[in-house]
Amino acid sequence: MTSPASTDSVPPQLSAGPRPAPGPAADEGLARRLRALACTAPIHDLDARKANLAGEYSVYGMAEIALAAIDLVTLNMDFDTGADHDQIVARLLPRIAAQAPQRPVAEHERVARWVLENLINVGSVDRGFRAVYGTFAPDGSYVRRDYDFKLIEEVPGYGGSVYLRTTDEAVNVLVGALDTDVTSAQIAAEVKLEVLISRGRLADAQLAAEQARYRTVQYSETLRRALEATRRNVRAVDWLNAVPDMIAEALDHVADRYRHENAILTNIRKARDESEDPENKRRAAELVDIVKDCIRRHTQLQSRLLEAGPLFRAEQDRQAFATPMTASGIDLYGHLVAPVLPLPLEQALRVTDAFFARGTGLRTPVSVRVGDLVDILLTPPMEREHLGAEMPEPDLIATPDDSRFSEEQLAAAMELLDLPADAPRRLSGLLAQARRSDPDLPYLVALLAVHAASPPVGTAYRQGEGKLLFAVDDGTELEDPEFGGADLIVGTALLDAVGMAADRTEAA
Amino acid sequence: MSEHVEWSDAEAPAPSASAAVTPADAADAARLVAFGLQPKLQPARDQEYTELLRRYREDPPFARLADAVAAGLGLVVLEVSPRAGMAVTAAEDSVFAVRMGDYARRTSADSGDRFLHGLAHLAVAAMAFPRPEDLADDGYIGRVSVNGVDAFVRQACHRLEERAEQQGENTDPATEAPGLEAAWRIWARRSSTGATKDARRLAGSTTGIVGKAVAFLTDSGFLQRTGDDNGGTYRTTARYQLQVRDMAGGAAMAELLELGVVPVTDGTPTLLPAEETDDLDLVADAGLPFHS
Repeated sequence: MTSPASTDSVPPQLSAGPRPAPGPAADEGLARRLRALACTAPIHDLDARKANLAGEYSVYGMAEIALAAIDLVTLNMDFDTGADHDQIVARLLPRIAAQAPQRPVAEHERVARWVLENLINVGSVDRGFRAVYGTFAPDGSYVRRDYDFKLIEEVPGYGGSVYLRTTDEAVNVLVGALDTDVTSAQIAAEVKLEVLISRGRLADAQLAAEQARYRTVQYSETLRRALEATRRNVRAVDWLNAVPDMIAEALDHVADRYRHENAILTNIRKARDESEDPENKRRAAELVDIVKDCIRRHTQLQSRLLEAGPLFRAEQDRQAFATPMTASGIDLYGHLVAPVLPLPLEQALRVTDAFFARGTGLRTPVSVRVGDLVDILLTPPMEREHLGAEMPEPDLIATPDDSRFSEEQLAAAMELLDLPADAPRRLSGLLAQARRSDPDLPYLVALLAVHAASPPVGTAYRQGEGKLLFAVDDGTELEDPEFGGADLIVGTALLDAVGMAADRTEAA
Repeated sequence: MSEHVEWSDAEAPAPSASAAVTPADAADAARLVAFGLQPKLQPARDQEYTELLRRYREDPPFARLADAVAAGLGLVVLEVSPRAGMAVTAAEDSVFAVRMGDYARRTSADSGDRFLHGLAHLAVAAMAFPRPEDLADDGYIGRVSVNGVDAFVRQACHRLEERAEQQGENTDPATEAPGLEAAWRIWARRSSTGATKDARRLAGSTTGIVGKAVAFLTDSGFLQRTGDDNGGTYRTTARYQLQVRDMAGGAAMAELLELGVVPVTDGTPTLLPAEETDDLDLVADAGLPFHS
């Protein structure tokens, strides 16, 4: 994992080129090699520039750290996100620490960040590198050219976060080509998962399961993009062959994975329950969550797949069968964007300037009063909020209390119904007693008694409660001015909490 | 205000001697133009605005007066309707015109940045109105997202790069001739995002530039923010469609034709979806939001 020793100090600018090549073809090969060479320059540059850092950093092998960083980013990036900045720094630390174990951890971290920032080249506006090399043009003239490249680039992730990706240049030159097929990657990941579980290596299994989930997301993403394109323009998507094939494939995939992952789920659940080691138990539980999430995503994908057909037909109706517009519409992409992009900058600018000048609308000019200006200049700068904008105080509207009974009434009723286990009472007696304290209370008591006719035995059993209110109808008519029906016998049953707990463990 | 009154008094009798324009009419006409200068104001939300719009449509002398007030202020009237309101825009060299140097400071020194900002606006419009019909259809509402615009321009740049490679061209630009560099390279070279200390979008990145464009267009009453997904999602307003269709599109086309570039298309839309091949170029959230 070290760079070739011979190219110890390659300057980033290869000014005096090698001897002129005989023809353009040979020159092209030369240009290719010069470009490849240029990609290694930033790595060498790190070791050359480490002397400029404040402090004694010569013990660190910067090129080694840089290549390790590129490897880490490459291995950690998947299709949907890239590698996390802090994660890469954290994973680099052991190697840096091994290079200089006696140095403080803060310095190790500083080195890791310095290397990573230099690979991104944070200082430049493009966040990239440029090398200059010379070639012979077909007419024999010597042309110096700029070669712009990046090694690690930053891409937007979910929710505004920034992820790192290695560029094609870095992968080709510094890592070696990677080629991943989505389907086979998923199958491989799952086979690996099964093997890992069967051997009890759950830590690795979790990693594999997470990878499998990314593959799943990738499928949804592909479909989503096809559907979006359809919404914009039905004809942009091949609905005759490509998309139906893709949907059929994806449905097969969902069916297949669903079966597969349910099988895995069963296995992990077993592993979870059988495992003695609490750490393994926890990992298996996490794994169950991941696989469950995979299954959830499959279900989601499937529902999207089923929506795809109707969506296509609806969009076709909207777009293809709509009455054709007579206006001479400009095709903004075909007439403007596509022709402008290949133009030389000087000419392209004229077009974009014209669009900008007339496409931005108007701004009412601001006139400043000197008095305001003084105030503005004297206002201390705003503290930037690290926590984001302050949440506005929610405008809560008090909802009217529409409960039929108050808390006090409930407490009174519960007290009334808190009967000793050996003395059940008639409902009529309870109602009469309740009526004496509060004319509304009998309704609540009656309601609770009716509920007690079908006591929540299962819940009480599960929650291990000590007693349970019950009501039985022995055929006696209820004699009451307000209520009719059966005069229930209301009583309290004592439950064997300890016995139930023992039962529960046995059953599980 | 008195200026307008004097001016309309002098001008009004000439076209029609019958209906004398009163200072009150001139004030109303100027008020209507003033409403038009507040592009985010919805006609339906303001009774006075609605009333003046109705008067503009039913009272031709009043309409002429309002047009004249607008023209005198250096404004172009695009449309006057209940949906778009008094849609006015700045004429060239008007005090209301937006200048690139005020829009983004770096652009005066760096032609590359100036191009990126201009292209961002063009790309937002192209994404908002992907088909010629969409631009022509008054009822169409386009939807754009910041990451979606960046991804779509990158995709177009990527196609050009591939094409150049297939033709065996060396596309690396010559040193010391920045003006001759192919325009797409400038977008492709610029990073699409970058980490900043305060977790805000890196202003110089392409998503930062697109983000600035959509925020500016939102302030112009051309877009309305609908969500935070994909770096921010927006939908278009009637005014934006008018502005792109009647002003910006034509002006840019004219400039292009003057350069001798005559784009020929067969009238079918040319904006194709992103290819599925280059997954390494795919950024998260690059797609556009679902909309129904």
